[in-house]
Amino acid sequence: MTTAVRVRRLTRRFGANTVLDGLDLDLAPGQFVALLGRSGSGKTTLLRTLAGLDAVPAEAVVEVPHPTAVVFQEPRLLPWKPIWRNVALGLAGGDARGRAQAALREVGLERHLDAWPATLSGGEAQRAALARALVREPRLLLLDEPFAALDALTRIRMHGLVIDLWRAHAPTTLLVTHDVDEAVLLADRALVLSHGRIAADIAITLPRPRRHGGSEFAALRGRLLAELGVTIPNPAEAA
Amino acid sequence: MSGSTDTATPPALLALGAPRWAFPAPDLRRFVSPLVLVGVWQAASMLGMISPRTLAAPSAVLATAWGLAVSGELGHHLAVSLGRIGLGLAIGVSLGTGFALVAGLSRWGEEIVDAPIQMIRTLPFLGLVPLFILWLGIGEAPKIALVALGTSFPIYLNLFAGIRGVDAKLVEAARVFGLDQRGLIRHVILPGALPSGLVGLRYALSVAWLSLVIAEQINASAGIGYLINDARDFLRTDIIVVGLLVYALLGLLADAVVRMLERRALAWRPVLLKERVR
Ligand SMILES: Nc1ncnc2c1ncn2[C@@H]1O[C@H](COP(=O)(O)OP(=O)(O)OP(=O)(O)O)[C@@H](O)[C@H]1O
Ligand SMILES: [Mg+2]
Repeated sequence: MTTAVRVRRLTRRFGANTVLDGLDLDLAPGQFVALLGRSGSGKTTLLRTLAGLDAVPAEAVVEVPHPTAVVFQEPRLLPWKPIWRNVALGLAGGDARGRAQAALREVGLERHLDAWPATLSGGEAQRAALARALVREPRLLLLDEPFAALDALTRIRMHGLVIDLWRAHAPTTLLVTHDVDEAVLLADRALVLSHGRIAADIAITLPRPRRHGGSEFAALRGRLLAELGVTIPNPAEAA
Repeated sequence: MSGSTDTATPPALLALGAPRWAFPAPDLRRFVSPLVLVGVWQAASMLGMISPRTLAAPSAVLATAWGLAVSGELGHHLAVSLGRIGLGLAIGVSLGTGFALVAGLSRWGEEIVDAPIQMIRTLPFLGLVPLFILWLGIGEAPKIALVALGTSFPIYLNLFAGIRGVDAKLVEAARVFGLDQRGLIRHVILPGALPSGLVGLRYALSVAWLSLVIAEQINASAGIGYLINDARDFLRTDIIVVGLLVYALLGLLADAVVRMLERRALAWRPVLLKERVR
């Protein structure tokens, strides 16, 4: 199997707190992977290392494809640049505006090309952040709870958008999320991070497009919740 | 100066940036009590209750101002004062900006630059006048140096704080998206520090006038301060008031210029965006 992302023996400590403890990870090209884990389990720490924001320890191996793009939990748009300039930030090559415009069209923000970030709603700003990631045509797309701050309706729309964009551009995608439903709905594979390692690796082979409900969905959901240490009575499994 | 519009803005928006200064709404009621005061002053002068040696009547002040303006005297002194302010401010702003960049953008820069500046800052800089006279004589140099010194501190302090206050998350995001150190400074750090820098410029301007008033007491032979000092020797309170009014008007004008700069350069700020809609 070819791999897009390869991580070996990744250990990260903050003082006495060992957050990642000899973690190994392989992601196949074009795979959509959800990363789950309790709060403080090290999901963001792993993602930051993959994004190149933190140094890689000498004994570890971290191989990622380039370019890599990140969407953070907050949009992190530069408030002093109009939207298209934010999207075009750091773009090499010509016609930055045209490329930014195309990316903004994909996320449905063409009208806001010249708007200031402060005038966008939360969902629009997060879509702009998505466009900023896409315009680089990343081979690895890292998403750190990008929908957590959005309302439920906007989140559903964003799910559809992300899946469409993933299908169109096929980047290897790692989505950090707290939401088990989101993982089952979007991902090919769900990973659970626990005690500094990938504690569970669950393939999700439900046919797309997916929707909530159904016994298979419920079974996967229950399995992931169990891995996360949450047990709830599952009517599908009881049946 | 911030105007009565402040109360209409939710506190959350106010918290987003440096203090804001809106153009005061043209509320004519605000002019009533000053006009009444001037009227009382004029009446008291005419009734002989205020001697011209204490304070000239508003009508006398106006007449003197007109005379000085027509004779070109006022223009000459104004030009000299503006020249001192302009040069002093240019030097002070350059120094303050330069030091703020060095201290703000690197750790070692901060260690080398910030400590001495913080120490010198505790001196009341107007108290340095005797030293400046000893070092630089009594010509133009100590006057300009005083303005330059006084204005460099507010620029340095505000810009330094602004640079250090730039959201680390934005810097991080920009780095992920491929900006190198120079790109970061140009696209993220400097624009992010600009609001504070402009606040510093406003302070610097007010300090500049203050320094000028003091500096022009040093053996000047031209300038608004000279005009005032000379008038004192001849008990011409009318000329003194004209001089003070000119100082005040110049201060207001400078303030308006910075406000305009802010509106243009900081058009992206939520507060200003909101105002445009209103
Ligand atoms: N820069 C840092 N300095 C010290 N401790 C840190 C630092 N960054 C992260 N940690 C610690 O590492 C642990 C993992 O943090 P991380 O942000 O990766 O968790 P997470 O899984 O993303 O949690 P959440 O789901 O709440 O976002 C936490 O205990 C956190 O306190
Ligand atoms: Mg996190």
